Amino acid sequence: MSDFFQGLIRFRRGPWELLATLLIALGVFMLMQPFVMWAYTYSFITTLIGTVMFIVVSHFPKD
Amino acid sequence: MIEKPLNRLAQATPTPIARRVKGLSDRAIAWIFVGPTIFLLLVINIFPLIWTINLSFTNFKANRIGREIEYIGLRNYERILGDSDIWLSMQATAHFLFWTLFLQVIIGFTLAWLINRKFRGNDLWTTIIVLPMMLSPAVVGNFWTFLYQPQIGLFNYVVAFFTGADPSSFEMLGSVNLAPWAIVIVDTWMWTPFVMLICLAGLRSIPNYIYEAAEVDRASKLRQFFTITIPMVLPFLMLAILFRGIENFKMFDLVVQLTGGGPGSTTELASINLKREAFEKWRTGYSSAFAIILFVTVFGLASIYVKALNKVKER
Repeated sequence: MSDFFQGLIRFRRGPWELLATLLIALGVFMLMQPFVMWAYTYSFITTLIGTVMFIVVSHFPKD
Repeated sequence: MIEKPLNRLAQATPTPIARRVKGLSDRAIAWIFVGPTIFLLLVINIFPLIWTINLSFTNFKANRIGREIEYIGLRNYERILGDSDIWLSMQATAHFLFWTLFLQVIIGFTLAWLINRKFRGNDLWTTIIVLPMMLSPAVVGNFWTFLYQPQIGLFNYVVAFFTGADPSSFEMLGSVNLAPWAIVIVDTWMWTPFVMLICLAGLRSIPNYIYEAAEVDRASKLRQFFTITIPMVLPFLMLAILFRGIENFKMFDLVVQLTGGGPGSTTELASINLKREAFEKWRTGYSSAFAIILFVTVFGLASIYVKALNKVKER
């Protein structure tokens, strides 16, 4: 767990990509879930942030 | 001296052109070759995308060309993300996407595993199984509409044969509960062969000596399946899921032929809703915003999927 936060602080690709992936997955789930309307409303912004973050962080150094 | 064809070609090149090409650097020649493709890519893909993003911030209506276009900021996005009808269509898409992928992967992999065993008529069976994939979605949609007919359709009689129910007591395409499953069945019937072919390629790429080594180590068949077959087919399976996932997220033709989005809006997938907004209600700005939302979703999913695929391949 501490490796993950260390990676985030040192701008390493692995943990940041994981974070972006989680955001995209969360956004897609929010878009398609049948439970609450507010989750659907904020789904696009979540997916967009995740996708842009993914594109940016995939250029970060690996180790 | 025998003249080579290349020399003849070089001599046949008009001298002014040859002189001009000779003066160019390798990089310039590379650009001459790549340039037309890049130009086409920009014109066909990138420009429409940028134009759609631009339209998504306006109240443009394509059936009123003369009307002044007004920039309305994020209002289209706000409306879409607060619209319960679109939310319902996203749920219908999710249902369709999940079940088609689930069934296609399970059945496709099982078929590939069976076909991969050597038996007589193996090639003939592969051809027969692959046939539905080669048909046009319009044709498939049309004949499944007949198969689903409650009075004369074969499907109802087959179900009746196994369950004992009256064939005309249920209507696959007309029932709110059954119509979402009807489209899942047809898509699964049509596209399982595609998943099967990809899995078959994966299964055939596993070298025999790995199984032989496992036999020497006395690994059971079940263990061989879970520690050799599944991990080695996984990249292929993920590729199949990626292709089918993206295709089914955009599914339009087959469902329009079968149900047209009905009954009510139970099978109105996101792409059908988008088409209605764009070309029936002519809300071009609004539908552009909707298209961008779908694009970002597919793009995001595809990015993480390609990343996962590369990781699996590295293992």
